[in-house]
Amino acid sequence: MKVAGLDIGSRTIALVEMDDGTVSFSEVVDTTFDPLEQCRRLLKDRDFDLLVATGYGRHLAQANFAHQVITEIKAFALGCHHIFPECRTILDIGGQDTKAISVSPDGRVVDFQMNDRCAAGTGKFLEVMASALGLSLQEMGEVAMGAEGEVKISSMCTVFAESEVTGLIARGTPRPLIARGLHEAICDRAASLLKRVGVARELVFAGGVARNPCMRHLLEERLGMPLLIPENPQIVGALGAALSARDSD
Amino acid sequence: MSDYREMWEELGLDLQAHDGLLEVLPPLYQETILSQENRPEGMGYFDFVFSEIHGLRVKELVEHRAQGGVVVGTFCTYVPEELVIAAGGICVGLCAGAQVAEEAAEQYLPRNLCSLIKSSLGFKLAKVCPYIESCDLLVGETTCDGKKKYYEILGEFQPVHVMELPQRKDEVDRALWRSEVRRLARRLEELTGKRIESEPLREAIKVVNEKRRALLRLAELRKSDPPVISGRDALLINQIAFYDDPKRLAEKVNALCDELVERREKGIFIGGSHRPRVLLSGCPMAIPNWKLPAIIENSGALVAMDEMCTGIRYFRHLVSEEATDLDGMLDAIADRYLRIDCAVFTPNRERLEHIKELVRDYSIDAVVYYALQFCDPYTVEAFRVRQELEKDGIPFLYLETDYSAEDVGQLTTRVQALIEMLETKSGSS
Ligand code: SF4
Ligand code: SF4
Repeated sequence: MKVAGLDIGSRTIALVEMDDGTVSFSEVVDTTFDPLEQCRRLLKDRDFDLLVATGYGRHLAQANFAHQVITEIKAFALGCHHIFPECRTILDIGGQDTKAISVSPDGRVVDFQMNDRCAAGTGKFLEVMASALGLSLQEMGEVAMGAEGEVKISSMCTVFAESEVTGLIARGTPRPLIARGLHEAICDRAASLLKRVGVARELVFAGGVARNPCMRHLLEERLGMPLLIPENPQIVGALGAALSARDSD
Repeated sequence: MSDYREMWEELGLDLQAHDGLLEVLPPLYQETILSQENRPEGMGYFDFVFSEIHGLRVKELVEHRAQGGVVVGTFCTYVPEELVIAAGGICVGLCAGAQVAEEAAEQYLPRNLCSLIKSSLGFKLAKVCPYIESCDLLVGETTCDGKKKYYEILGEFQPVHVMELPQRKDEVDRALWRSEVRRLARRLEELTGKRIESEPLREAIKVVNEKRRALLRLAELRKSDPPVISGRDALLINQIAFYDDPKRLAEKVNALCDELVERREKGIFIGGSHRPRVLLSGCPMAIPNWKLPAIIENSGALVAMDEMCTGIRYFRHLVSEEATDLDGMLDAIADRYLRIDCAVFTPNRERLEHIKELVRDYSIDAVVYYALQFCDPYTVEAFRVRQELEKDGIPFLYLETDYSAEDVGQLTTRVQALIEMLETKSGSS
């Protein structure tokens, strides 16, 4: 049986195809301003017995071609548990939101927390700050990692933090220190979200920001435990959706 | 509704802005309320009242005033409706449930204030609410700080009487509240030029109690599983109860209940999915704020009960009908209202106990906590509610939102994740 999971996120769309229980294909494309068209291109010439969609665009998919939908929370739990069966807690810092999920030994969602509606502490926040610093996302992660010391960023609101950063630059604060401070601020946020669901080992760090080495390092230090990171963190949601398709039969 | 234009003009409404408001209501109503499957016929009355929200009922108010009666507007369930009725007046709840003229309101109020207060002033400034324009007196109360200070500003536009509500329930507080109830009675007497006599007050107590009994009967029927009525329809009835004629409302609610009993016996239930059963708890949802109940029910769950001022908090307690003289009746009224367990009180143990009781009685699978952004009493009290429910292993979802629609996607994800969680918990996947 051929099934597929499609994760329509705010930045990327991921497709995972499973043939008789094993992943046979996966692809990630940008969401762009026409997600439906992007999905159609991804799915072109592909045929599935069951297609499950997840992500913020899941309802769009359901209205058009998906057979079922699940939330990204359930999808991440299924996907992470599949990759790391010992996973009990998940942190996902994506483009628009941050989630902390606690999962049972058999991969069910036990509790979850999401950030509030604003972009505070998400991938979007890092992006805005990187451009305020005149760096690419990757550069910002690298200089933050190498920084000796940090400045405290007191505001987590994207708008206020941006002016705070501009002010710091104007005062001549070295950029690495600011970059480090910004990473620390997100780390604080993520840690407090995690504490609300309870941090149990193993902790999986997924979502786009998981590829940022500085964030990884800071979180490991803060939580006092190693983080497990999926090889391809961007397809975890789609994998979960595909697994849900596989199991619902 | 074109034949009401003259009336609206006389009330001083801004007809153009008002047209705009009336245009958005029918499609919203269609989408959220009328589109539900297999609704009981008795909902027809409430659909009608809603369709005439700025028409027929307002006309009744205008006619009442033409015959020398007064109309009194309130913003909170602590204001005793019985006194207004005994004074020969009509009492209308003025809570605003849609974002209107927010920018204009923000010239008077800070941005970080709850939507209820902001939109209440917005309705006033935009001149689109025929109810507030029909009021001879507005009665406020010292509940939260936002409202308390807001009434000072509102007083620049219209006469406002503010009742001082204590924040604790000790004997001194009761004494204060009893005297505040009397002070309101005097203010109403000044307004009408007539004394409030004991016979009309006794009658008023009965009328309002009858309304509460009818709503309690409906609440009782919501224990039914599978359900006989949706959470959205029940909420709509509660919202209408704040401004409809109390006797007529009780009659219509009772007729609906008769139908629901009959349908249940025949095995007729409402359409859609019936599980899980959710208790909504928190801030009030004024018309047309159906955002969260619609998200919950469109995601396949049922709002089985609402622990809100537009829910059971409004009608849970009756006024004792035992008192024989005026003084005794005034005390009985004061005592009844002081039992309300709004989060502005401290400590507020009763609310925690009541929530747990509702969870048991209504076979609740999860509690969804609805907090308006910037509402201190309810956002802070959420901590204790969560703590209390966690002890009993009841899933708890905290949602903070306002009147805008921009977070519908995020709220939907959270609600659906909660439902998925409950479904896997109960075995099916
Ligand atoms: S929530 Fe409290 S302040 Fe608001 S209407 Fe209810 S009783 Fe009044
Ligand atoms: S919702 Fe909260 S802040 Fe707003 S009026 Fe009611 S008690 Fe006050």
